[in-house]
Amino acid sequence: MDHGKKKDTPLKAAGVMKNKCSRRSFLKGVSIAAAAGSAGLVTGGCGSTASSEEMGLKWEEFFKKNYRLMTQEEKDATVTRLERLAKLQRGLDVQMSTQEPINDVLYGYAFNITRCKGYMDCVEACVQENNLDRQSKTQYIRIFEMDTGQLDPTSGDGKYFHEVPVEDKFYMGVQCYHCENAPCIQACPTKATWREPDGIVVVDYDWCIGCRYCMAACPYWGRRFNWGEPVVPKEEINTKQHYLGNRMRMKGVMEKCTFCIQRTRQGKLPACVDSCPTGSRVFGNLLDPDSEIRFVLKNKKVFRFKEELGTDPKFWYFMD
Amino acid sequence: MTTNPKKGLVVFISDCIRWSLSGGVAFKIYLAVLLAMIGAGVYAYGHQFREGLIITGMSNIVSWGLYISNFTFFVGVAAAAVMLILPAYVYKDKDFHEVVIIGECVAVGALVMCLLFITVDMGGPLKVWHMIPGIGLFNWPSSILTWDVLVLNGYLALNSLVPLYILYSYYNEREPVGWKYMPFVFLSIFWAVSIHMVTAFLYQGLPARPFWNNPLLGPRFLASAFAAGPAVIMMVLIAIKETTKYPIDTTIFFKLKRIIVVSAIINLVMLFSEVFKEFYAFTHHSLSAQYLFFGLDGHDSLVPWIWTAISLNILGTLLFAFAPKKSNSSYLMVAGVSLFTGIWIEKGFGLIIPGLVPSPMGEVVDYAPSSNEILITLGVLAVGILVVTLLIKPALVILLKYKEGRLQPETASS
Repeated sequence: MDHGKKKDTPLKAAGVMKNKCSRRSFLKGVSIAAAAGSAGLVTGGCGSTASSEEMGLKWEEFFKKNYRLMTQEEKDATVTRLERLAKLQRGLDVQMSTQEPINDVLYGYAFNITRCKGYMDCVEACVQENNLDRQSKTQYIRIFEMDTGQLDPTSGDGKYFHEVPVEDKFYMGVQCYHCENAPCIQACPTKATWREPDGIVVVDYDWCIGCRYCMAACPYWGRRFNWGEPVVPKEEINTKQHYLGNRMRMKGVMEKCTFCIQRTRQGKLPACVDSCPTGSRVFGNLLDPDSEIRFVLKNKKVFRFKEELGTDPKFWYFMD
Repeated sequence: MTTNPKKGLVVFISDCIRWSLSGGVAFKIYLAVLLAMIGAGVYAYGHQFREGLIITGMSNIVSWGLYISNFTFFVGVAAAAVMLILPAYVYKDKDFHEVVIIGECVAVGALVMCLLFITVDMGGPLKVWHMIPGIGLFNWPSSILTWDVLVLNGYLALNSLVPLYILYSYYNEREPVGWKYMPFVFLSIFWAVSIHMVTAFLYQGLPARPFWNNPLLGPRFLASAFAAGPAVIMMVLIAIKETTKYPIDTTIFFKLKRIIVVSAIINLVMLFSEVFKEFYAFTHHSLSAQYLFFGLDGHDSLVPWIWTAISLNILGTLLFAFAPKKSNSSYLMVAGVSLFTGIWIEKGFGLIIPGLVPSPMGEVVDYAPSSNEILITLGVLAVGILVVTLLIKPALVILLKYKEGRLQPETASS
């Protein structure tokens, strides 16, 4: 019946692809027609805008390893490909880092619930810094407006939209707590999420299969999923990126706060800490006895959220 | 009947395909309807594949929906085949032996659905190879999801190969050799329990979700599976009895009914125990149950569903428990459908959605599947029904032929 018709369409397409791609030598030992066919499958069809170079890069990207298994050469190679793809697809000159953790550093975070006035400058800075999806309004940080007499953010209002501060209210920020015993890491079936030696819990976006089991496992709602293709206007894209941090995500993968890995590994503060107008946010090296975070832990009364779950977050709350 | 020339596997398979597709006009229409449903599902999935899971009703709060709900339920249906396998092969029960292959075909269909539901739920289905040890990374034994991958695929293999061997032997008119398949039968009995326990542990092992983090979840999964699964098998048997020449003895219905009643009552007792725990001393952890049964903060989309489910559950259990001894097919069909539907709702989205609501940050949202999501789900269900149909048809032909062949020499000698 119409089987005959259907049969020759993919063949034709493969033939077209072959002509298009034959000048490239990116594939050794693999039939180019087969490669192009599969690359078309991987990227959702060879549109007229997709050049053969782009197809080739995507094809190689598809078969790369988990980040933790890559040698430095392989990391450099994938970064080169990703930078080239950013140029081809968005016309952007991206600088992508694979900077390793700094020795003798373990990051910790403290949040002053007395000082925070709920201005949400941190939320905005985070969105800008980390190239968060503007379409779905993804935010890593939530600020809860709390009634006095409560300390549990689940009793607060995370959707307030009015002038702050409000009399008799206080504010509590939540985000990924970078737990030492992180349930999300335990849950991941492909080891696509792990804790770096400096304590940052990261996701290899290209390795994540999008099962969302980590999301169910997180007791702090610290993870966000890309339900659709994330959208950031070209002029707003932060081009200083890290492979495990704020590089552009794709649809169907998990993402989360990385303590601004692209900044902190260069000795800068995370964007939320930098942008806070009230000085409520303290970030630093837990292994350095002279750091501000150590001062807070030593001299303030601190607590952690849902301590009974034994997740050992690297994020404390304190009061003046 | 000792030295039959052995017919090869190729002839066997081509015969099976011929038998599975042969049928009257009604059967052709039935196949066409299933294919149309699958076509619609594939079309909707194409849309989801291009746009992402954004076209579903799921969100960052309700991050699992209709797909995972159905997955959870059909793992139970698959596991329930053990309720036929155990008496048929181990206790050599003659009645169960007549229908055990049908039970195994139902299990295979259910497993195909489970694997498809997982696949359509994934954000990156083309990246599944990341899970294959060697070329990918398999987070075993840490991640319960990897255990589930192992047990589900293993059970699918067991439930495909054992019936395949038995049918192939019958096809060649030989008695299957016990030692060649009995070890796998015993293995599949333990395996059946494990698929459902492991699936329960997926949820039970998450302290982040108090509604799931409950030691009764695994046992209750088993009890509800051993009620709903045999109910499905009974419905399939009734359909076979009404539409084919294959003889199905009514005693099998009586025996299945007993299994269903016992399991359904245990399930209801456990349900009552859970409800007591949630509501006698209401804690912060009972908010999910509150959302499910009565609604929370003005959100009550699950309330009518769960009360329908509980009513159907009780109705089905009572119908089976007080069934007259000579119950007719339509009576059993009504009982089966109500129990099946009740457990499907209760253990599907009645279990998955409240586990995610309220969110760990205390937020309450409602979830409703999108039309695309429903089309994909119906497509997967149609694939499962098609698989069951196309497996059972040749199986019945072979069983029938074998029986006739076996009966003839006996009648000749007497």
